[in-house]
Amino acid sequence: MINVIVNGQPHQFPQGTSISQLVTTLALTGKRIAVECNGEIVPRSQHESTLLREGDQLEIVVAVGGG
Amino acid sequence: MEPLIIAGQPFSSRLLVGTGKYRDFEQTRLAVEASGAEIVTVAIRRTNIGQNAGEPSLLDALPPSRYTYLPNTAGCYTAEDAIRTLRLARELLDGHSLVKLEVLGDPHTLYPNVAETLKAADVLIRDGFQVMVYTSDDPIAARAFEAMGCVAVMPLASLIGSGMGILNPWNLQIIINELKVPVIVDAGVGTASDAAIAMELGCAGVLMNTAIAGARDPVLMASAMKHAVIAGREAFLAGRMAKKIYTAAPSSPTSGLIGS
Repeated sequence: MINVIVNGQPHQFPQGTSISQLVTTLALTGKRIAVECNGEIVPRSQHESTLLREGDQLEIVVAVGGG
Repeated sequence: MEPLIIAGQPFSSRLLVGTGKYRDFEQTRLAVEASGAEIVTVAIRRTNIGQNAGEPSLLDALPPSRYTYLPNTAGCYTAEDAIRTLRLARELLDGHSLVKLEVLGDPHTLYPNVAETLKAADVLIRDGFQVMVYTSDDPIAARAFEAMGCVAVMPLASLIGSGMGILNPWNLQIIINELKVPVIVDAGVGTASDAAIAMELGCAGVLMNTAIAGARDPVLMASAMKHAVIAGREAFLAGRMAKKIYTAAPSSPTSGLIGS
């Protein structure tokens, strides 16, 4: 297992987990989201090919009401 | 009426509205509809992990196909956070590059930190963003934002969420006179007359959230704001009469009075 931080919270995933799989596991499939890993955007087209690494810091965001 | 043009794109409504602080998405939708706004601001926030996937989202209430989304950087206190937030927004909205940049100075006043905002605007513009910038009503800062390539400059009328109206019309007037890009009053509007005054000064538009969402009847206030912005714009274009302390020029004929 590898340890990553998602939106400030620790999570564990099996070695070789991709961003796509993480999105599925966290029940975020189908939601309009954007993903940042260690301060860099991970474009949707690369979610499948991008594998999680130990210590990755991920931010997953949505659009919400705001001024 | 002639359209509002932002970064080459025409908009028929000069009222831009926020989507925060509403009771629910249905009220948001009704208020935005009543306002006639075509540009709506949204915030970018962490998604709740474990949230019900079928839960409605803002994008269902206000389809991006119908409205121009203006992602903001509300809550950002550094240039770096604002830049990261807008890069996430661009990814989220499929490459959409029109954004509202705001970098705040402190959580009590929410007054803009102009130095950090300048830094962020510079990076974002070079990264291909079309930046509508929230700033103070400082004419020199406004000029700097225009010079660096911001597509709209959005000075405050008064503090965010204060509803205090236009506290310094003279500064706004200088900014409007000196800039070529649209000047949009953002923040501080409390009621319809404030929006009308902003437009009478010659603002290209008005952006508001709390004035509508914080009204007792937000949908009715949204409609009031729509009319106020149109009225103010028409009054500006019509050119108001000169102010006179007193005048011997009554509106009715001075001859033909009975008994004369």
